[in-house]
Amino acid sequence: MRVAGRLGAGLTLLANLALAAPALAAGAAPVILARSSEGVKLPPEPVLGHPLPWEIGLQPGFSPVKRDMIALNDMVLWIIILITIFVAALLVWVMWRYNAKRNPHPNLTAHNTFLEIAWTLIPILILVAIAIPSFRLVFYENNTAHPKLIVNVTAHQWYWEYGYPNAKGLDFISAIIPGDKLKSGEARLLTASNPLVLPVGEDVRFLITSADVIHSFFIPSLGVQRYAIPGRTIQTWVRIDKPGIYEGECNQICGTNHSRMPIDIVAVTPAQFKVWQAAAAKQASAALIPALPARSQFAFNTSTTQR
Amino acid sequence: MSVTTHDDHAHHDAHAHHDHKPGFFRRWFFSTNHKDIGTLYLIFAFVGGTTGAVLSEIMRAQLLHPHGVVINDVACRYMHFNTTGCQVGQEWNTIVTTHGLLMIFFSVMPALIGGFGNWFIPLMIGAPDMAFPRLNNISFWLLPPAFALIVTGLLLGDSGTGWTLYPPLSNSVYQPGIGMDCTLFALHLAGISSLLGALNFITTIFNMRAPGMTLHKMPLFIWAMLVTAFLLLLSIPVLAGAITMLICDRNFGTSFFEPAGGGDPVLFEHLFWFFGHPEVYIMILPAFGIISHVISTFSKKPIFGYLGMAYAMVAIGVIGFVVWAHHMFVSGISVDTRAYFMAATLVIAVPTGIKIFSWIATMWGGSIEFTVPMLWAIGFIFVFTVGGVTGIVLANAGLDQVLHNTYFVIAHFHYVLSLGAVFGIFCGFYFWIGKMSGRQYPEFWGKVHFWLTFIGVNLTFFPQHFLGAAGMPRRYPDYPSAFAGWNYVSSMGAFLSGFAFLVFFYVLYRTFTSKEHVAANYWGDSATTLEWTVSSPPPFHTFEELPLID
Repeated sequence: MRVAGRLGAGLTLLANLALAAPALAAGAAPVILARSSEGVKLPPEPVLGHPLPWEIGLQPGFSPVKRDMIALNDMVLWIIILITIFVAALLVWVMWRYNAKRNPHPNLTAHNTFLEIAWTLIPILILVAIAIPSFRLVFYENNTAHPKLIVNVTAHQWYWEYGYPNAKGLDFISAIIPGDKLKSGEARLLTASNPLVLPVGEDVRFLITSADVIHSFFIPSLGVQRYAIPGRTIQTWVRIDKPGIYEGECNQICGTNHSRMPIDIVAVTPAQFKVWQAAAAKQASAALIPALPARSQFAFNTSTTQR
Repeated sequence: MSVTTHDDHAHHDAHAHHDHKPGFFRRWFFSTNHKDIGTLYLIFAFVGGTTGAVLSEIMRAQLLHPHGVVINDVACRYMHFNTTGCQVGQEWNTIVTTHGLLMIFFSVMPALIGGFGNWFIPLMIGAPDMAFPRLNNISFWLLPPAFALIVTGLLLGDSGTGWTLYPPLSNSVYQPGIGMDCTLFALHLAGISSLLGALNFITTIFNMRAPGMTLHKMPLFIWAMLVTAFLLLLSIPVLAGAITMLICDRNFGTSFFEPAGGGDPVLFEHLFWFFGHPEVYIMILPAFGIISHVISTFSKKPIFGYLGMAYAMVAIGVIGFVVWAHHMFVSGISVDTRAYFMAATLVIAVPTGIKIFSWIATMWGGSIEFTVPMLWAIGFIFVFTVGGVTGIVLANAGLDQVLHNTYFVIAHFHYVLSLGAVFGIFCGFYFWIGKMSGRQYPEFWGKVHFWLTFIGVNLTFFPQHFLGAAGMPRRYPDYPSAFAGWNYVSSMGAFLSGFAFLVFFYVLYRTFTSKEHVAANYWGDSATTLEWTVSSPPPFHTFEELPLID
């Protein structure tokens, strides 16, 4: 959304001036964070996929699917903006031209076959113009064949479990880091322990399921979203453009801590990924059973609002 | 359409013994009179809508800033009567659930269908009453117990599932409290109420039209109610089946939606949305009907393209039944299924476009008077267009993958329902309150009410498009700080809308204390339907001798 982005920058400036909210003005340069997952340190990466204050469009895309989504969205957005302006302009025109003062004697025409055919056919043509690229996108999003890596994603109330079938025993959980334990630069409600580590430039297939209720595995900047449904395994895929940190959230109501199970992804180069996976798998096999945290660790929200 | 009718007052005197109103208790509790039942429905919708609106304000207050504490400090303290502890997220989810169900089943539907439908179907088709007056009575009286049940679910804090009620979250493991069962039984009662109402409406419209009123001469409001009644008839039983299965899963050990027992949560999604999608048209079609009459009356022109308008509603009703899985694009349905549901959904834009353009064409060349109902009608066209075009965005399964369940969806359906259907309700209220009560509403305060609401709701919901595009999930009691700005704006809009609703209270007070009584046809010659041929308010019994339509 290039145009909307510029508009967004203008609006941001205006809004910040108007509301004097300096805390909301995010810096232009991305925050760089050094995370670790499964006790293995990861190289410092910029936080690329996250929402921005006063953002008015889709989050920038860091995968081919998301970039195609942005292209289609830009097209559809222009069409709907023009339609809305057209309807609003017609309304303003009839209110001005045909108000009772200016036009005391109504013209009682109630039929015009040509017009009625036109406003049936033209919308159909517009819809066909939208549908063609849209079908292409839907089928592209389904293109899960020949992944380089498969990741099992299992949702729980209220944390995520990630398993790598290619590395025996590498299966760990990723839960929210509470607000008071965040390090500088980490965003509240978007940062989880043990982020999911993925290689860039390679097709990754997610096999998504749930251990309890329905959740949704949603990473806006990568254009990924599928429900996690118990008893079913749903697949989708991603190819991340460049190393960075990408943040998502559970996006289907799943109980009291629905807003507290972020999806935190660190994308690294394939070489770095291999190094991390080997180290993490070694550690995991040493532990034999993945350490499950005490249930109370997730019950942030029992009687008071956590700050 | 020209109409011949008896002079109502003369008629009145000659049959005065028929016009004896029963005593208060018999009249309002055992009522079989369509007008009284309509009035009861409108009062009920007002109570339901006010309750739902209070919940909206609580929600927007919680979301005013990140780290909101309103649920903890207010809702948990004053609204939570369960003996177990109040969990902020669960309390929030229960409020979300109840807000949605109250607004749909206890506000918009009773107002548009039960209220205006009961009042004006018989009056507009020249019938003395509904076909089944006692059925009409029970249709209404099922609602107050349903309301009591849903409020119980709210106050116990047990129904934290969202209005979509998806299992397993809604089963007895994750919502163990009896409040969840109360909410489900409330839906059963409200569903039976709607179903009985729908039977009554269909029978009345098909069999009791005045001589000469063919289907193609019926007012558009009647067309709208006919299509709505068919949608109810076909969709409500599916909801009833789904929630019956859910109640059995919760209480009787079945496993319709329980994977461990061979059931499937996605089955519930299919059943729910097979009802749920027609449901949104059930809420908007009656508003379409009202808007058509108001636009035509105040443009002093007959409605443009009457047949196109009527059959556009029929088309919307039919297509509305074959698009349900567009609510499930990320539920793992196959890519071909997604492609089909996307194509079918896009098609709805065509009949909807016909309606929008026909309304504008009705105004074109007219002599428009900007009365309060006309303001609401023009406002409706604008907000419905905005809600409609964002629907085109969401219809694209490819885009829905990042917009599903975000605030973009919230903005979209509030533009068509909270703004669209509710504007339709207010439009109908100002258009017909003189007819129903015989009293004049205050024009100035009506305009104040309109403008404050129009600005307030746009300020509330327009920024939610931005929040959703940026990825803010729905049903969150707390959000990352990046979303703070637009949430603040949205909450301010909600407070303004809430203030506008208080202005509506004042409008009601002024109307019902007004000494100014209105004539039978206070909108003049361009109001041509039959309800304008009877006095305002109409006598207790109307059309004892049927009018003849030429």
